[in-house]
Amino acid sequence: MDITSDIHSQHISRQFNQELEELKTHLMAMGGLVEKQVQDAVSALLESDSALGQRVVDNDRAVNDMQIKIDEECTQVLARRQPTASDLRLVLAVIRAASDLERIGDEASKIARNAIDLIDVGNGSRGFVEVRMISEHVRRMVRDALTSFARFDTELALQLVHEDEEVDNEYRSAMRSLMTFMMEDARSISPILSLMWILRALERIGDHANNLAEYVVYLVKGLDIRHTDPDDLDEQAITRKG
Amino acid sequence: MFSGAEALMFSGAKAPGRSVTAMSVFSTPHPAPSGPIIDFDREASCLEIEGLTLAYGDKPALRDLTLRIPRHRVTAFIGPSGCGKSTLLRALNRLHDLNEEVRREGRIRLEGEDIHAPEVAVAELRRRVGMVFQAPNPFPMSIYDNVAFGLRLQGGIRKRQMDDIVEWALQSAALWEEVKDRLKSSAWALSGGQQQRLVIARTLAVRPEVLLLDEPASALDPISTLKIEELIRNLKSQLTLVLVTHNMQQAARVSDYTAFLQQGELVEYGSTDTLFTNPRLRRTENYITGRMA
Repeated sequence: MDITSDIHSQHISRQFNQELEELKTHLMAMGGLVEKQVQDAVSALLESDSALGQRVVDNDRAVNDMQIKIDEECTQVLARRQPTASDLRLVLAVIRAASDLERIGDEASKIARNAIDLIDVGNGSRGFVEVRMISEHVRRMVRDALTSFARFDTELALQLVHEDEEVDNEYRSAMRSLMTFMMEDARSISPILSLMWILRALERIGDHANNLAEYVVYLVKGLDIRHTDPDDLDEQAITRKG
Repeated sequence: MFSGAEALMFSGAKAPGRSVTAMSVFSTPHPAPSGPIIDFDREASCLEIEGLTLAYGDKPALRDLTLRIPRHRVTAFIGPSGCGKSTLLRALNRLHDLNEEVRREGRIRLEGEDIHAPEVAVAELRRRVGMVFQAPNPFPMSIYDNVAFGLRLQGGIRKRQMDDIVEWALQSAALWEEVKDRLKSSAWALSGGQQQRLVIARTLAVRPEVLLLDEPASALDPISTLKIEELIRNLKSQLTLVLVTHNMQQAARVSDYTAFLQQGELVEYGSTDTLFTNPRLRRTENYITGRMA
């Protein structure tokens, strides 16, 4: 059975409603923080702001703490309520989503560390076009993934699954162009490698956003679409209302 | 309404032309399928219920129910109080027969035979379809005599054979190790959980094909409950089990298939895995997750 975003507030036990609502709220708060971390990490690079980069690295601890808190809350709900059906799917989706958000946080911190290195070396703005393009794309994906989670919107989630393929293509083409820089000038190898790590981290963020979208489909439809080729998905079954 | 003792009297009554031998005790008429459940459609039916409508006087209790219960599986009936799940369970071995108020339409078939056909002996039907009730109801006699009770009513069993069957039944009910040294002591000295397993042993002794369980663990502590659930799972290889329970976690733990009933109607029926993770209907979802209807 399909569910809508208000379904977790209809239990006879109000306390249970509240616990599930809190899980969602806390996940969204974590999502907001992670989104900001990615944005700041990329800004640190593009605006050569080492201090901002350092703040991102320091803030990663807050992201980790949020994951631990959400996991604890999920464990409590599982132990005390033995949730079933859509309630069970919500708890499982939140645990999985928190894990992917934490990984996005790690990638943001990786971007920030590499940005600090690049600012120290003084790389100029080589590769910034690619970074800007891919980062905008994956940041939109993270935002959309969180929105689709908040609204139980499988149509938006499905869109994301397809978008991840585009990011992968952009990533491959950026890699090729950076490779030519390295071939032209051996002294650029070290800074270009840092840039490649940054692009790699952005591409991974896209993958995690894609995972979040898959959890939304599981949450709403009870369908597990992980490890399925996007072209093989039964789109009608995923987006059908009712 | 029946008491458990009366029900057993019927189930233990002598069956014409049929005597229990040690051999027949240890073999089942239909071998259990091996391997995991793949597909409900491929399950062999044990009981088939077709268009069953049942009313107490003018009060309808079951409305046009059609479902089949697969052989060598555990099927659970869940639903709110008064939804008709116990009524349905009782209909499966004709426990409603003595209540003149009860009106019935539709058919129930056990292994393809209509259980209401004129040639069916009710006593034999109740031997084939045994029942265990909510409150354990051992008779005021020894443990041994409790288990042997139905067999003695059947008659024609020698002492040695009787010993074998009693031991087998107690072992099947996972009680043998706890009582083997005190078979002659009163059944009433046993704990609630042991009494319930004794009652199951008593039912198993007459070698039923189906075991109906009406809230078998609701009066028991958590450890005894787990023992009964373990027993249910183990008995699957020998017979078909049908369980009525208010405890949804219990249905989720032990059953292969679950039927959700509401106001005498079958709302949703399917594999327990699906019903508890992704039910098809909103009514089912609301009930199993504890939401307002």
